[in-house]
Amino acid sequence: MTMLENVKRTVRRYQTWPLSTGEKQPAIDISHQVLLYVEGLSVSFDGFKALNDLNLYINDGELRCLIGANGAGKTTLMDVITGKTHPDSGAVYFGQTIDLLGKTEAQIAQLGIGRKFQKPTVFEEQTVFANLELAMKANKGIVSTLLARLSPSELDWISEVLDTIGLKSHYQMLAGALSHGQKQWLEIGMLLIADPRLMLVDEPVAGMTAQETERTAELLTSLAGERTVVVVEHDMEFVRSIAKTVTVLHQGSVLAEGSMSDVQSDPAVIEVYLGEEQ
Amino acid sequence: MNTIRNQFSSLHQLREKAPVFLAALFGITIYASVCNLWVPEESVFYVSTYTITLLGKYLCYALLALAVDVVWGYCGILSLGHGAFFALGGYAMGMYLMRQIGDRGVYGDPLLPDFMVFLNWQELPWFWHGFDQFWFAMLAMLLVPGLLAFVFGWLAFRSRVAGVYLSIMTQALTYALMLSFFRNEMGFGGNNGLTDFKDLLGFNLQSDGMRVALFLCSALMLALAYCLSLLIMSSRFGRVVIGIRDAEDRARFIGFKAENYKVSLFVYSALLAAVAGALYVPQVGIINPGEFSPLNSIEVVVWVAVGGRGTLYGAIVGALLVNYAKTRFTAIFPDAWLFALGALFVSVTIFLPWGLMGLFRGKKLFNRERLPWFKRRKNGGETE
Repeated sequence: MTMLENVKRTVRRYQTWPLSTGEKQPAIDISHQVLLYVEGLSVSFDGFKALNDLNLYINDGELRCLIGANGAGKTTLMDVITGKTHPDSGAVYFGQTIDLLGKTEAQIAQLGIGRKFQKPTVFEEQTVFANLELAMKANKGIVSTLLARLSPSELDWISEVLDTIGLKSHYQMLAGALSHGQKQWLEIGMLLIADPRLMLVDEPVAGMTAQETERTAELLTSLAGERTVVVVEHDMEFVRSIAKTVTVLHQGSVLAEGSMSDVQSDPAVIEVYLGEEQ
Repeated sequence: MNTIRNQFSSLHQLREKAPVFLAALFGITIYASVCNLWVPEESVFYVSTYTITLLGKYLCYALLALAVDVVWGYCGILSLGHGAFFALGGYAMGMYLMRQIGDRGVYGDPLLPDFMVFLNWQELPWFWHGFDQFWFAMLAMLLVPGLLAFVFGWLAFRSRVAGVYLSIMTQALTYALMLSFFRNEMGFGGNNGLTDFKDLLGFNLQSDGMRVALFLCSALMLALAYCLSLLIMSSRFGRVVIGIRDAEDRARFIGFKAENYKVSLFVYSALLAAVAGALYVPQVGIINPGEFSPLNSIEVVVWVAVGGRGTLYGAIVGALLVNYAKTRFTAIFPDAWLFALGALFVSVTIFLPWGLMGLFRGKKLFNRERLPWFKRRKNGGETE
C-alpha cells in the first residue's frame, strides 16, 4: 500500500523530470535594484544613427514610459533589448549578470522579457484560447510541445488571464476576427500569461476607445510592482495618466528623464517634442 | 471546460478525425485487392492488376502530397523540391532491387548491375555496398533524405531564408540533384536510371500477389503517415508551427526557436516523401533522374493546392483527383495535359484559395460523427 503511494507520488501525471525541462534558467541578480541596463548603445542603419550612445536604467518593479518623436529610436531600442537587432556597440544587461547581446529572441523571451509589438501581432488563424496556450510560460522545446497536455492548473491560469483581458466570452473565436482593440488586449494577455519579469509594451492603446484606454491604463499600473513595465506610447494623455517616470528619447539618445511634470517643463523637451503637441 | 481539453488533446483529435478517413481508405484498398485476387477475370467485379498498380502509384503520390502539405499548409514553407526526397527514397529502394537481380541481369555478372558492366566498371562503388541487405537499404532510404533535409533546412532556416527565396533554393536543390544523377560517373545508372527489377524480399515483383501486397503496403503507410501527422498537427507542436506560419516574430518573442521547429518539420516531411518514393519504385518498376525534375515537384504543389492545404486529407484527395485526371487526360490529349494542369492551378488559386476542401470548411467533413456506428454510441454515452 505504502509502496503504491510512493510510486504514485514519484510518477505523478504532470511530473516534470529534470531531463525534459531543458536548460536551467539563470537567476536574475537585482542586488542593485536595477533590472535592465542599457549602456552606450549605438545602432546605425546605412549610416542613419537610429540609436546614438543611449544609456537607460530601468529599476525592478518600475513602470517607465518612453516617449519621443517618430524616428527617435524607441522601437529600435526594443528590438535591441529583445534580440531582434544587433547593436554596433554598447551593452545590455538583464540584472547584474545576464548579457542580452548575442542571445536569440527565443532565449531572451525565455529569460522573462515579454514584448508587445506596435502593430498588434497575434496568431490570427487560431483561437484566442490557443493564442494564450502557446504564450503560456512552459517548456518551449520541440519534444515537450509534442507531448504537452493542458493541466487543470494551466486551464485555470488561462481562464484567469481571459478574465483579466476581458475576452472570456470570445475564447473560442479566431484571433483574426477580433477588433483592433481586442487584439491589443489579447497580445497583452499573451505577455501576462508568460509571467515575464520585464514587459516591453509598444503603443498599447493605439486604436482603442477612450474606455478601453482607461482599462489598459489601470491594468498596466496594477502590474507595476510585481513586474517591470516599459511602455512606449504616443498618446500623451495616456502617458500622463500612468507614468511616474518618463524618459524622452530624441535622435537615438536620452534627452530628458524624470517625472512627467519635470519633463514637460524641460525647455529642451518642449522644443523638440512636446512643443509640437501643445 | 472538458470540451476545451478535448480540443487541445491530440489523441482525442485523432479519435475524432481519423476513423472516417481510415474507413474510406481501407474500404477501397481491401475491396480492390479482394476483387483482384479472388474474383475471376470474366466477372464484372474483377479489378485488373494494372488498376491495382495504378492505384498503388496514386497512393504513393498521395503520401508525397501529404508530406508537402505538412510543410506548406501548416508551416508556410513552400517547398518546390520535395521531388528530391521522393527520388532519393526511390533510389535507395532501386539500389536494393538492383542488387536483388544478382546474376539474372543481361550480362549475368553476379555482383555488378548491368549498367556498371556496360560502363566497363570492374568493381562495385563503395556506396553500393550493403544495399544487398533490405534493412540497410531501408535505413539509407530514411537517413540520406533525412540528412539532406536536415542540412539544407538547418542552413536555410537558421539564416532565416523564407518565402520565395526558399522556394527557389529548394528548386535549385532538386535541379542540381537531377543534373548530377544524369551523369554516368555518379554510379546511379545515368539517364536510364535503375530498372529491370526482378524481386523484392524474394517475391517476384510481377506477380499479382506482390502487386497487391505493395498496394496494401502503400495504403498502410499512407494511413500511418496520416495518423502520425494528425497527432503532430493537433499537438501543441502543431499549433506552434501554425503560429510560425502566421506570425513568426510573435512565435520567437514568446520563446519558440522557430528555426528548430521548421527544421524538424522539414525533416519529418522529407522522410514521408522518401517513404513514398521507396514504395513507388517497386510498383512502377523504374527510377530515373527525371523524378528529380523541378516540374514534378511543382506538380505536387498543384495537387495540394487543388485538394486544399492545411487539412492533411485535402492533400490526399487532391493528389488522387489530379492524378486520376492526368491518367484520363493524357490518354485523350497527351499534349494538352500541362496546359490543363496550369489552368487548373490558376483557377484553383483564384476561385478556391483553400482548395476543394475549402468548400467544406468548418463543416467537420471527416469527423467521426459521420460514421453511423459512432453516432449511435455517442448518443448513448456522454451527454455533454
